[in-house]
Amino acid sequence: MADNTRKPSETEFSPWIDPSAKPLIEFRNVTKKFGDFTAIDNLTLDIFEREFFALLGPSGCGKTTLMRMLAGFERPTEGEITLDGQSIVDVPPNLRPVNMMFQSYALFPHLSVWDNIAFGLKRDKLEKDKISARVNEMLRLTRLEKFARRKPHQISGGQRQRVALARSLAKAPKLLLLDEPLGALDRKLREETQFELMDIQEKTGTTFVIVTHDQEEAMTVASRIAVMDHGKVVQVDTPAQVYEVPNSVYVADFIGDVNLIKGDFARTGPESGKITYSNKEPAISAEVFEDISDGQSVTYAIRPEKIRVTADKPDDRVNAAYGKIIDIGYLGNVSTYHVELAGGQMVKVAMTNSTRVDRRDFTWDDDVWVSWRESAGVVLTK
Amino acid sequence: MRRFALIAVPYLWLLALFLVPFVIVLKISLSDTALAIPPYVPTLDLSEGWDGLRAFFAELDFENFVFLSEDDLYWKAYLSSLRIALVSTILALIVGYPIAYGMSRAPDEWRPTLLMLVILPFWTSFLIRVYAWKAILAQEGFLNQFLMSVGVIADPLTILNTNTAVYIGIVYTYLPFMVLPLYSALERLDGSLLEAAEDLGCSRFSAFWLVTLPLSRPGIIAGSFLVFIPVVGEYVIPALLGGSDTLMIGKVLWDEFFANRDWPVASAVAIILLAILIIPIVLFLRNEEKQREAEG
Amino acid sequence: MRRLSWFNTTSLTFGFAFLYLPMVLLVVYSFNSNKLVTVWAGFSTQWYGELFRNELMLDAAWVTLQVAFLSSTLATVLGTLAALVLVRAGRFPGRTLFGGMAYAPLVMPDVILGLSLFLLFKPVFSQMGIHSIVLAHATFSMCYVAVVVSSRLVTFDRSLEEAALDLGCTPLEAFRLVTLPIIAPALISGWLLSFTLSLDDLVIATFTTGPGATTLPMRIWSAVRLGVSPEINALSSILIGIVTVGVISTSLMSKRAILKRIREENRAEP
Repeated sequence: MADNTRKPSETEFSPWIDPSAKPLIEFRNVTKKFGDFTAIDNLTLDIFEREFFALLGPSGCGKTTLMRMLAGFERPTEGEITLDGQSIVDVPPNLRPVNMMFQSYALFPHLSVWDNIAFGLKRDKLEKDKISARVNEMLRLTRLEKFARRKPHQISGGQRQRVALARSLAKAPKLLLLDEPLGALDRKLREETQFELMDIQEKTGTTFVIVTHDQEEAMTVASRIAVMDHGKVVQVDTPAQVYEVPNSVYVADFIGDVNLIKGDFARTGPESGKITYSNKEPAISAEVFEDISDGQSVTYAIRPEKIRVTADKPDDRVNAAYGKIIDIGYLGNVSTYHVELAGGQMVKVAMTNSTRVDRRDFTWDDDVWVSWRESAGVVLTK
Repeated sequence: MRRFALIAVPYLWLLALFLVPFVIVLKISLSDTALAIPPYVPTLDLSEGWDGLRAFFAELDFENFVFLSEDDLYWKAYLSSLRIALVSTILALIVGYPIAYGMSRAPDEWRPTLLMLVILPFWTSFLIRVYAWKAILAQEGFLNQFLMSVGVIADPLTILNTNTAVYIGIVYTYLPFMVLPLYSALERLDGSLLEAAEDLGCSRFSAFWLVTLPLSRPGIIAGSFLVFIPVVGEYVIPALLGGSDTLMIGKVLWDEFFANRDWPVASAVAIILLAILIIPIVLFLRNEEKQREAEG
Repeated sequence: MRRLSWFNTTSLTFGFAFLYLPMVLLVVYSFNSNKLVTVWAGFSTQWYGELFRNELMLDAAWVTLQVAFLSSTLATVLGTLAALVLVRAGRFPGRTLFGGMAYAPLVMPDVILGLSLFLLFKPVFSQMGIHSIVLAHATFSMCYVAVVVSSRLVTFDRSLEEAALDLGCTPLEAFRLVTLPIIAPALISGWLLSFTLSLDDLVIATFTTGPGATTLPMRIWSAVRLGVSPEINALSSILIGIVTVGVISTSLMSKRAILKRIREENRAEP
């Protein structure tokens, strides 16, 4: 009965659960100020080796600043940053085992693709044949062999992106930083590239840190996501956890669609409680695992796909409310219904169209029941 | 530390070869002419020590400046130079604005060619181009020949060696300096602003007057400074095309230095010219700074 | 594309006619066999011949070329440094003064520059000559170079330098391997600009010259003070010809380079 959405998800790769695992990167009480503006506020974070770690948040939340501190282009005002146990705060960017893939790609326009990729290797003063071998390996990895002699303006946007990736991986860095790498690509290319990136990350075993404002992207590629707001990390968790068990209204709202219902909490058991939100509707029964006191104001978060719309009152679900369909959105694979409850609340429901519809089951102004399970939502206190 | 070296090299160069010379000019303007080498006294002799320094300063005086204020020639020349510069700037603006405007309205494919056409004369020797006007404006020159052959005039016009020739020469020479900043400002103008104006009821002319002209102001200011300030001290054009009654301070300075061998007076003339120009120069520099910040 | 109004076409035509007529007349009449320049007496190239036999002119041309070459190279180095300081060095004590000194020569009257530099050189050099003219020209040209290079630097993509640092370059290496090659066209423009300004300068050269260092503008000046001379016409035509060929060919070359680049960009598959 107890829903295991509350336990940490067990995948083969989750070093963050292992108490003996040593993180690759440690941020300890890092603060960054630009004049009066605080970009990063007393931030502490661990990133483990071989993670595909995402820094997610709206513009201005500090994710880019955090990444630039890892690259060496910004110094923290306060705090410590260690890489593999050693402090890197005073290490200039050219001496760090960190490489970056720039948002604008920053390909050197006066050098060929081959020379761009070889650039970092030449700085290490390797022998010519070693450089050659490595560059060719990178070209194969990113499928750019045909374009080695071309210059950046002679190849397309998607190809330039691959050159930028190849160049940043050429030195086999311990840490690769990706600054909004897929922003410039169109949707189809973006999806393909996301999976390519994940492939390459696994193959090379490099730790990736990606900065993005696109939560779908973060959810797709990342092993863990750090959701940021105004210089602070609000939640660090796997995509599944962040989606199903957000720790705050901010995270619940930022990732995907969510219905947020404010109400008062009343405890009904060691792991359950009721949230009263309207005098016209019954209270919501919810599973609760945190310490929430009676009478506390809470927000109940439930995802649209966890709710079902039926014409008659369902008897297999403990939570049910009565309302009227105000709006229908047909998205092909999914239909969304905006239902106005008797108490005035607007609830968004998403149901898959598992059968081909020649006549819709519901239409505007229909009176319907919305229902969901006790475990379907999360009670949030902040 | 590297940053320090980067700044130091051009800084020291400019201090040594731009600023220090002005100090020297100031010093010499306070000295007296002498039949000696160098042809002025006092000369700074550091071997004399502190006493020598004091004696040096004691000998400096404002005699030359007093002289300049007493002789009519000089203040008349300053005024005349300012007047000629002002008129030339306005003329250059009147001639240059339509050219810049035409260029900015031309089809895109023409623009590089038009730009090249404006810049080409600039790359050609300015001395030669001014000299060409001598041939055109002379009594027997091309202009008179043309006008007489067409029958517009009966007797040749006297243009050469008058102020008119100087104006023509100045506008001709400095035209690229006016056109290029104007063109740059006009080209940056957003065409949709004019369309909005017309949409809201402006005629073509009032759209120009109310929208284009005010927005091209930075170009007008830049171009005007680029013409006015150097023209005040211009020497070659008035010397070549002007007459004995064309009073320009550049000529006065030149004559004082080369003809009269009077370095102190020449220096005094230069100092006063600098003092007159310092305000426009500072305004010009401020405008440049503002422009660069706006773009950068 | 939009067609030009009659007003614009007229102003452009008259404007360019005004700019070019004097030069055209000069070239045409340089082939005039008549010594009296403004009266056409028949086609002749005699003045060109006389010009090339004129030792003084040829010497002056050689001096001028040396001065122009040396001073423009010096000006390009100094001007680029000045541009870097102005665009990259941020705030430092004395920056306003630096900015003023770097841009003031753009508008300073030549006579003031010439006089002040002469008075500086006099006690320092026992003899003036090519070296003093070179220093003088470099000083006023560097500000033109600074203008050209700084406007290129302002639009330069800093992330290219960051990428170079990220891949292992020291800041100096990043400048040498990435920034410099990319801004090179601006440096070349600056060099050419300084070269022209030096070739053309009369006033400053007259102030800072010495024995054996007579420049071409100075020779031309002494000739034209007396009046119009057919030899000068020939010389003028040659100079105009060289510049025209130079400007047109660079213009054509850059046009072709741009078109080639556009074609290459279009050919790249997505």
